[in-house]
Amino acid sequence: MEPLILKQKSRRASGIGITPDMDLILVNLIDGLVTGLLLFMLSAGLTLIFSMMGVLNFAHASFYMLGAYFAFQISLYIGFWMGLLIAPLVVGVLGAGVERYGLRRVHQYGHVPELIFTFGLALLIEEVVQFIWGKNQMPYATPEILQFTAFSIAGNSIPAYKIFMIFISIAIFIGLLYVLTRTRVGMIIQAALTYPKTVEALGHNVPLIFMGVFGVGTALAGVAGVIAGPVLGTFPGMAFVLGSIVFVTIVIGGLGSLWGALVASLLIGWITTFSKAYNLRMEDLLTWAGFTKPEPIWDSAWRDLWSITSPQIADILPYILMVLILIFRPYGLFGKRDA
Amino acid sequence: MRTTTMLGLTTALTLAASAFAAGADTIKIAFIDPLSGPFAGTGTNGLHQYEFAAEELVNKKGGVLDGDMFEIVAFDNKISPKESLIQLQVAIDQGIRYIAQGNSSGVANALTEAINKHNRRNPEDRVLFLNYSAVDPALTNDKCNFWHFRFDANADIKMDALTDSIVSNDAIEKVYIIGQDYSFGKAVAAAAVKYLGEKAPEIEIVGNELHPIGKVKDFTPYSRKIVASEADAVITGNWGADMVGLGKSVLENGFTGPIYTYYAAADGITAAFGDAGVGSLRLVAEGQLNPPPNDTASGYIQAFKAKYPDGNLSQARITNVIEMLAKAINEAGTADDVVPVAYALAGMEHESLWGGNLMMRESDHQLIQNVHIMEHTDDVVYDHDNSGFGVKVVKTVEMAAADSPTSCKMRRP
Repeated sequence: MEPLILKQKSRRASGIGITPDMDLILVNLIDGLVTGLLLFMLSAGLTLIFSMMGVLNFAHASFYMLGAYFAFQISLYIGFWMGLLIAPLVVGVLGAGVERYGLRRVHQYGHVPELIFTFGLALLIEEVVQFIWGKNQMPYATPEILQFTAFSIAGNSIPAYKIFMIFISIAIFIGLLYVLTRTRVGMIIQAALTYPKTVEALGHNVPLIFMGVFGVGTALAGVAGVIAGPVLGTFPGMAFVLGSIVFVTIVIGGLGSLWGALVASLLIGWITTFSKAYNLRMEDLLTWAGFTKPEPIWDSAWRDLWSITSPQIADILPYILMVLILIFRPYGLFGKRDA
Repeated sequence: MRTTTMLGLTTALTLAASAFAAGADTIKIAFIDPLSGPFAGTGTNGLHQYEFAAEELVNKKGGVLDGDMFEIVAFDNKISPKESLIQLQVAIDQGIRYIAQGNSSGVANALTEAINKHNRRNPEDRVLFLNYSAVDPALTNDKCNFWHFRFDANADIKMDALTDSIVSNDAIEKVYIIGQDYSFGKAVAAAAVKYLGEKAPEIEIVGNELHPIGKVKDFTPYSRKIVASEADAVITGNWGADMVGLGKSVLENGFTGPIYTYYAAADGITAAFGDAGVGSLRLVAEGQLNPPPNDTASGYIQAFKAKYPDGNLSQARITNVIEMLAKAINEAGTADDVVPVAYALAGMEHESLWGGNLMMRESDHQLIQNVHIMEHTDDVVYDHDNSGFGVKVVKTVEMAAADSPTSCKMRRP
């Protein structure tokens, strides 16, 4: 009995019973999870749209931005929560409209015009947002009810809003998975993805399904915008900052795979968070690999390579990962088709 | 009595007529800064302040020389040095002689080099570089040249004032330095290390790092490191969206000490911080808005707000650029040949609209001026971003670093 009690005591003494280093790892795991899940909400819609229409929607991140701006505008009048409810709907309807009256018309001319159409749309949306709201960052804030520290781990506070973000995104993932795999609608969608002609012959309205999926995909991006706007900033550059990384995510995960999008998002979230949180130095890595540091270092051609630290390259690591994936597994982690 | 009136009237008429005859000329100033992309907000506000200063301080007062008007011509450089050089060439091809740029020392470094080269090769259409914001010390030291004039206090001068403030605060024992990964961020970090080392070697620097500029989505991992380091204060040179991102994230994740900054005001930043920044955000800058320094300044601010209700007078130095350029052109008697204008600017003394004297140091073309430590607070007369919050001067260093050394060796034509 004695030793067991002792153990419990020491556990209480150090907070939740893990060493400070472990504490920080836990905190970074949570932070990475938040980043990853946010990325997932964006890439889920994009990957669905891609597997459906075979078109990369360059304007996807722009719908994310629209979500944030709409929610900000709505929150000024009727509060954050109504914004969370209404803004994604508006974005979804807008997205469906883009599919119905834009993409569907361009579709007959082939993929390249479709790509150019979405690319132009992204530029257009950015200009429109700047025209209406200006170029400054909007004072879009987290709701007061969530402005407290949920808990803290060794002095690192985890804001309640982050926990809220985690729950919202997990709920959306589960909901999406349920709809796609367990309901009739989901089955028709999945069938329409692979055999659109057959599904149409069976009497289903495939164009309507396409429009619906596009609408839902953009609405998801809208949700991501609504909940990311207050923490990551609501400004005209927000789509640009996130735009390319979303494509990287779905390429790594495998185009068209929901699970792939989830795994790749979390992977990217954790990789970038951890490489920013810890100062790994290229110098140590090279020394460990058996290279000797050229002296004097400031005169060497390898100066830049030797002085790299992990926070500096954290944001390009996902791109390196993408290149590796494309070389060794071109269809992505969970992809089915040979790209 | 009547004759005098008549005489006066005739003179006025003749003057007006002659002004009309010669007044067809405009003196164009190219404004090369980001007007699109992540830093578009900062660039656009700067442009408005230039246009307003030119209109209000020069054109409404009859222009320069014999009625020549200032005109600001905007060029979008997308904050890219490469793009800036293209825009510079376009501006020169349009016959523009004055180049104003400020956002990013990376751009300024490219521009000053290109302008130096251009002026050497094309003595018939030389241009002047009016740098109103890029504060990399190298621009007035190793990389200085006769054509470059800096109107902001450079990173070293600001850091000198800022570290004075840190040293006088006994509660600060550990400091964390973080900045954007380019010449300016590195200059801020180097200056902080240097001055803290000289003034208070007992203060421990618990972190010194750089992050990619304009590319970080989420600053949480950085704030975790800052909190974990148990720093009492943070020093950062961040600006634009990077400032908001870093500052908000640091405060949200449990940091309570002061954050010493260069640019954490206006352009949406003040509003984005709001109540959260009170008691934490400190700024080192020139140009005093609160408490209002004098009636002229108050009138100027009110007129600006009347024209741009959503705008901010965030860069007070822009009025100094316009006023001093106008004065130099008048002294030189020409706007076409920039050599006499540059000679007039060098060594010029001027009384700033915002109170205090200005002196353009001849040796390196660095403007010497009062540098203030300001606080983010709601106790202000003129707020930023219409948010009720603004910055208030709490400490002033008169003519900061007037006798600081420079390694500048200028070749004058």
